Amino acid sequence: MDYMRFEAPSSVDAAVALLAEGGGGARVLAGGTDLLVQLRSGMVEPSLVVDIKRLPEVREIAAEDGGFRVGAAVSGAELGEHAELKALWPGVVESAELIGSTQIQGRASMGGNLCNASPAADTVPALIAARATCTVAGPRGRREVAVEDICTGPGRTSLAPGEFVVSFHLPARPAHSGDAYLRFIPRTEMDIAVVGVGVSLTLDLQGACTQAEVSLGAVAPTALRVREAAEALVGTRLDDAAMEALARAAAAACRPIDDKRGTVAFRTRVAGVLAQRAARIAADRARSN
Amino acid sequence: MAKLHITTTINGDATEFLCEPEQTLLDVLRDELQLTGSKEGCASGDCGACSVMLDGRLVCACLVLGAEAAGRTVETIEGVARGEELHLVQRKFLEHHALQCGVCTPGFIVAAKALLERDTDPSETEVRYWLAGNLCRCTGYDKIVRAVLDAAAEMRGEEAGA
Repeated sequence: MDYMRFEAPSSVDAAVALLAEGGGGARVLAGGTDLLVQLRSGMVEPSLVVDIKRLPEVREIAAEDGGFRVGAAVSGAELGEHAELKALWPGVVESAELIGSTQIQGRASMGGNLCNASPAADTVPALIAARATCTVAGPRGRREVAVEDICTGPGRTSLAPGEFVVSFHLPARPAHSGDAYLRFIPRTEMDIAVVGVGVSLTLDLQGACTQAEVSLGAVAPTALRVREAAEALVGTRLDDAAMEALARAAAAACRPIDDKRGTVAFRTRVAGVLAQRAARIAADRARSN
Repeated sequence: MAKLHITTTINGDATEFLCEPEQTLLDVLRDELQLTGSKEGCASGDCGACSVMLDGRLVCACLVLGAEAAGRTVETIEGVARGEELHLVQRKFLEHHALQCGVCTPGFIVAAKALLERDTDPSETEVRYWLAGNLCRCTGYDKIVRAVLDAAAEMRGEEAGA
């Protein structure tokens, strides 16, 4: 194996310069819970690893425009301990807290979860449903990108050489809004989603849904933003007919693989059921704020 | 390529070591610093046998690069007892026979201690979830959970419980 270089820059510009110089042989290290496993197994043999955790903005949670700016390497445990963030976007926080054990929670981050680009990543459907964006830094400066535009396939992203995700923006939201993330796994925890669903919605004072977003994970090469499923909810009081339309639209969007963890038929069916359950939880949260 | 020179704090002591960039913190602890209490079970973050505290957070040392420890504080199983005096959690593991082969035990002790420093009154369910990232192939977990709950009770000043 060729030698691997390790760098822990203290500025975003320095990180970008290192990553650009390293090209295809460079890897970004956030929490390391995917990268170190890949290193160990020989799946990746980078010539350069850039630890971004010395960059303050990558490690912070800060209020911004009525929402929150969350650093790409903030750990799941830190997200879960942030009461205000959890109150505004409980579904996003629960999607992060579902990942792995206590030990993994001490390190695993949303930036890593997104850029590892697993179709089953838990935070990605929750972030897409939240209409989250991320700030990407690169050789040409910074750009703000919708989370749904980052992953292009299993293990692949739209990030150009030298680019990395610095932070996420979770927007402000109207009163009577709520979000939720649910996944199906065959165990109680410590597993990878067979299906994941993020739902975010807003209700009016009469309880009618005025805005909705639905995103599915683990049922296609990337997490999906399912507009038809959201449209099934908007304008309704989330009655049985709306819930059935939601399940049908969610199922119709599925293009899953068939593997030992779940068949195509199973994943498709479960996507509809979980979408309904997540919508009910999101609605309950919306009514209570 | 030259090794990296890392300055860190381990179990309260300023510590320096040399490591290769790809060496994990677990490799460094065991192979460079002879702190062999932390065990390598899976080397993929699943088993928790290498649990250590990094800047006050419970992590798997196999999923941390040694170089990342620069300027940080690391606490390992070797720092849990005070000389000959066992930590309460260690004592309870002995009293409850919460180990058989013992390979998972350092990780369980570090993880359980971290839990009890946050919460001295966890429910059994909370103990089981907190320790879900620590695998034991001998005990069936029950005695481990009893030991942790009993340690919590003693921390709260209650009589040793069931």
